[in-house]
Amino acid sequence: MYFDSFDAFLRMGEHGLYVWMAYGATLLVLLSAFFITRSMSRSVEENIRWTILSRQSEQAAGTAQTQRQGNES
Amino acid sequence: MKLNLKLKEYWHKLGSPRWFYQITTSWVTFFGICALLLLATGLVWALAFAPADYQQGNSFRIMYVHVPAAMVAQSLYIGMGVAGFVGLVWRMKLTDVAIGACLPLGMVLTALALFTGGVWGKPTWGSWWEWDGRTVSTLVLLFLYIGIYALREAIPDRDLRARASALVSLVGTVNIPIIKYSVEWWNTLHQSASFSLTEKPAMPAEMWLPLLVMVLGFYCFAGHQVLSRMRLEVLSREATSRWVLQLLQGKSAEAGLGQSSLIDHGRD
Repeated sequence: MYFDSFDAFLRMGEHGLYVWMAYGATLLVLLSAFFITRSMSRSVEENIRWTILSRQSEQAAGTAQTQRQGNES
Repeated sequence: MKLNLKLKEYWHKLGSPRWFYQITTSWVTFFGICALLLLATGLVWALAFAPADYQQGNSFRIMYVHVPAAMVAQSLYIGMGVAGFVGLVWRMKLTDVAIGACLPLGMVLTALALFTGGVWGKPTWGSWWEWDGRTVSTLVLLFLYIGIYALREAIPDRDLRARASALVSLVGTVNIPIIKYSVEWWNTLHQSASFSLTEKPAMPAEMWLPLLVMVLGFYCFAGHQVLSRMRLEVLSREATSRWVLQLLQGKSAEAGLGQSSLIDHGRD
């Protein structure tokens, strides 16, 4: 550990404000990039699942209808 | 001759979205874990254990985030330029996906490099902003990123968008050597490179080792981000193809969700 106390660590000489601003911005950028990308990939997967499901239910409805029509005639 | 064929085969595979998706599955996890470990180690090391600079004091610790951000921002742009070149020459679909994936991260990292540079400049040079060769050429890089981003948002046609952004990415790479040599060409305030591949660093090891860790961590993070973004784009572009269907079915079967409801009867 380079600093003598936690207080000295926070103060960073007289440069605390600058150092913590730079590191805060960096963490903000890295974390938000990570979470935005993650939520994007999840929503893409959800969307595709949803499309597959709705296409299937359409198909199922379609076959049911043709069957019914076949029975009636 | 045989090697030639092998290379050709590999080249064709490289253009296939499906093959790309499969092979990168484990890479994403690998880069993610490496990034987490390296960045956590690097941040603690840089903030609490590295010694302060004898001239700049503790503000010098900003270097540990400023230099990696700037390096990765430029590397991502080079990546876009190379992808643009390959896309224009060989008409590979995946290159446009790569450009789109490098773009957002490159843009925010350039902004981060400028911001941390300003924050470092205030206690060191006495001002937040200097019209200095390197700061201006980095600002140009940010405008290039924003320009390509706007271009991609503005063109709805996929092929046209791919060609336009490939061309601008390629042309914009002239700015990269300008950024690199700006500290030598113009007599500037910005200090010269603290790190190079060919020379021994001027700093003692306890100062440059954490920088190395941070740079590697940033590169792994970028690898993780770019690959993840490429994968999600590939998935949404290929949403109607059979392999995506099978892949998502496999995933939900693993998770124990209603796998029977996802089986596509119509297609088999």
